[in-house]
Amino acid sequence: MAILKTDKILLSHGSGGKASHELISELFLPAFDNPFLNQLNDQALLEVGDLRIAYTTDSYVIDPIFFPGGDIGKLSVYGTINDLAMCGATPLYISAGFIIEEGFSIDELRKVVYSMKQASDLTGVKIVTGDTKVVNKGHADKIFINTSGFGLVDKDVNISVNRAKVGDKVIISGSIGDHGIAVLSKREGLYFDSPIESDCAPLSDLVKEMLSVTKCIHCLRDPTRGGLATTLNEIAQQSGVGIMIEETKIPIKEAVKAACEFLGYDPLYVANEGKLVAVVPEEYSLEIVSKMRDNKYAVDAQIIGEVVSEPKRVILKTSIGGVRIVDMLSGELLPRIC
Amino acid sequence: MKYLDEYRCPNLAKKILDNIKAISKQEIKLMEVCGTHTVAIFRSGIRNILPDNISLISGPGCPVCVTSKEDIDKAIAISRQKDVILATYGDMFRVPGSFSSLEKEKANGADVRVIYSSLDALKIARKNPQKKLVLMGIGFETTSPTVASTIITAKKENLRNFYVLVCHKVIPPAMKAILDSGEIMINGFICPGHVSTIIGSHPYEFIARDYNVGCVITGFEPIDILQGILMLIQMIESGYAKVDIEYRRFVRADGNPIALKLMDEVFRVCDSNWRGLGMIPKSGLELRDEYIMFDVKSSFDIEIDSNDKSEEENLQCMCGEILKGVRIPPDCRLFGNLCTPDTPVGPCMVSSEGTCAAYFKYGDIKNR
Repeated sequence: MAILKTDKILLSHGSGGKASHELISELFLPAFDNPFLNQLNDQALLEVGDLRIAYTTDSYVIDPIFFPGGDIGKLSVYGTINDLAMCGATPLYISAGFIIEEGFSIDELRKVVYSMKQASDLTGVKIVTGDTKVVNKGHADKIFINTSGFGLVDKDVNISVNRAKVGDKVIISGSIGDHGIAVLSKREGLYFDSPIESDCAPLSDLVKEMLSVTKCIHCLRDPTRGGLATTLNEIAQQSGVGIMIEETKIPIKEAVKAACEFLGYDPLYVANEGKLVAVVPEEYSLEIVSKMRDNKYAVDAQIIGEVVSEPKRVILKTSIGGVRIVDMLSGELLPRIC
Repeated sequence: MKYLDEYRCPNLAKKILDNIKAISKQEIKLMEVCGTHTVAIFRSGIRNILPDNISLISGPGCPVCVTSKEDIDKAIAISRQKDVILATYGDMFRVPGSFSSLEKEKANGADVRVIYSSLDALKIARKNPQKKLVLMGIGFETTSPTVASTIITAKKENLRNFYVLVCHKVIPPAMKAILDSGEIMINGFICPGHVSTIIGSHPYEFIARDYNVGCVITGFEPIDILQGILMLIQMIESGYAKVDIEYRRFVRADGNPIALKLMDEVFRVCDSNWRGLGMIPKSGLELRDEYIMFDVKSSFDIEIDSNDKSEEENLQCMCGEILKGVRIPPDCRLFGNLCTPDTPVGPCMVSSEGTCAAYFKYGDIKNR
C-alpha cells in the first residue's frame, strides 16, 4: 500500500481537495477495491436484476448548524438527494443517522428534524430508517448527521465523471460560492448590505428536466467542497481531457465577489450546495440551458466553457484576455462547511 | 462605482496593453515586491499578455514566506506549553519551521486558532481568562497598525493574559537589501498599494534618488497592475526615475497619519532576520518598553528542544534565491515534484501568496 505523506489526519484530509483525494486513493480504494467504488462517482451504480440502483452516503458536520438559507437537517437531506441525482437517478428513500452531543438542546434538535421533514415532503423522498447515538459532552460538536439513500436510474442514462468528450460544452446551473460565503459569514459574524444565503437546494427535478431534452448527458456533478475548480479538475482527470472555461461567463453574485475579495478567497474554490456542473454534447447544449433556466434553482444557468483535448488541465481565460491554470483545491479553505 | 468590475474591464486592459507595446523598447525587469501582486498577476494572466521584453520578477513581500524559521520554532514551542492558545493568520498555520508546523501541532493537541483579525485574538483572550493567549504577529505595514491598536486596547483593558510574538517587518529596507546585493538588475518596482495606504510614498524616495530605479505604488486589480507597469515603462523609456502613485483612490503621499501614529506608539524599528534574505538592518519592529509586558519574550520561557531540530533543511530548496528574485520556481529541482502546496518544502510553496505556490497553482502555461 502506498504511504500517505503525513502520519496523522489533518483537517485538509476532509477538505474535498487534493489531500482528500490522496487519502481515498491511497487508503480506501486499495482496501475496499471493487469496480463500483473504483469509478469514484459520488454514488455507486448497482445492477440488481433488471433494476439499476444508485446508492450513496454522506455525513454532515457543518458549523454553525443553522446558517442563512438553511441548516444541517435540510443540508443532509438535499445533499444525499443531489448525490443520487448526479447520475440521473430518481431518489426514492433515504436513511438518517444522528450522532448527538450530550447537552444538545432538544428544541434545536426538533428544529433540525422538522427541517428534514420539510425537505423530505418537498421532494417526496421518504426518510425510512434511522439511528441515534449520544456521545459525551465534547466528543462531538452539537450534532452530526449521516444520511444514505438510493434511487433508480433509467436504462439508457449513462452519466459518469469519466465521460467528458472533446467538444462537449460545460454548463453551471447558477451563481457560485453562495453556500461557503453564507456559512463563513454567519460563523465569523460578518454582515453584508445584501445578505448572502446558502443555495442549499434539491436538484433531482432539475436533472429530470435536463434528461427530458436528451439522455445523452455525459457528466453531472454538484460542486460542493472544493468548489467549481475542484469539480472541473475531477472531470478533466477522470475523463483524460482538458477543460477551458471563461471567467466572464461564470455567474458570481456581487456580494459573494466582494466577500471573496476581502477575505482572500477565490470563488472558484468556495462550496455550493444547490448547483450542478453538466458536461453535455454541443448539439444539445443550448436547449439544455434554456430548459434549465425554467427551473427555479437554475435561472442563471450558463455555458461556461468546453472540453478540449490539450492541455489536459483546467484552464481559465481571464477577463482581460490572459490564461491561467485552475488547479484542484489544495489544503483547507473553510473548515466544516457541510 | 463598485471598485471591482471597472478594474477588470477587457477593453480598458487592451488599451493599456497597446500603449505598453507601443512605447516599450528595452529589455526590462520589473519586480512586484508584494505577494498579493504576484498572485493577482498570475490570477489575471498578465504575464502571458505582456510583450516578451518585459519580465516580471516576484519579490520578497510575502510576510509568511519571510518569517524566519526561528520565529516559527518559537511559535511551535509556545503552542506546546500548558494553558496556551496560539492565534495565527491562516497561511502561517502550515509553514514548516525546523521540525514541525502549527498545523501538525494542532493535530497533536495544541490549541491553535486561525483568526482573520488581531481583534479576534483579543476576543479569545477575554473569553478564556484562565488561559494565555499568544498572537503570532506577522506581516508588513498593512497588518502592524491593527496589531498595534490591539495591543493598545489590551493595555487599556488591563488584559493580563494577552501576549504577542512580534515578527513584524517593514518593506523598504528589504528592497534596499535586494538592490545592494547586486545579484539582480531591476529597472523598476511595482510597490504594494496597501502598504502605502499606511506609509504613503515618501519611504520609497531614496530608491529613485539613490539608485535611479522608479517605483509605482500600484493597486491589485488587473487594470491597476497594467497601468502601474505602463507608468514604470514611461519612466524607464524617458530615463527619469521617480516615485509615483497609481493607486490614487486610496494612497496619499503622507500615508495614513492615524495608523502611523499607532505603529509609532507601540513599536520601534529593529534589525530583523528574513527567511531567505538573512539579517536586514532596521527592517523589523519590536515593542517599545511601555508595552513590553505584552511581549512573549518577557513572559515565557521559550525553549526549543534541540532533539527536535533533527530535520535538516533541504539544501536544494531555492526559496532564498526566489525571494531575492534571482531564481524562478521552475529553476528549483524540488518544484512540482517533491515540493507542492500539499507537501511544501519551503515557505514560498506554503503561503497562498508565495511565489512557488503561485507558479504551481496558476501555472506558467508556456513552460509546463
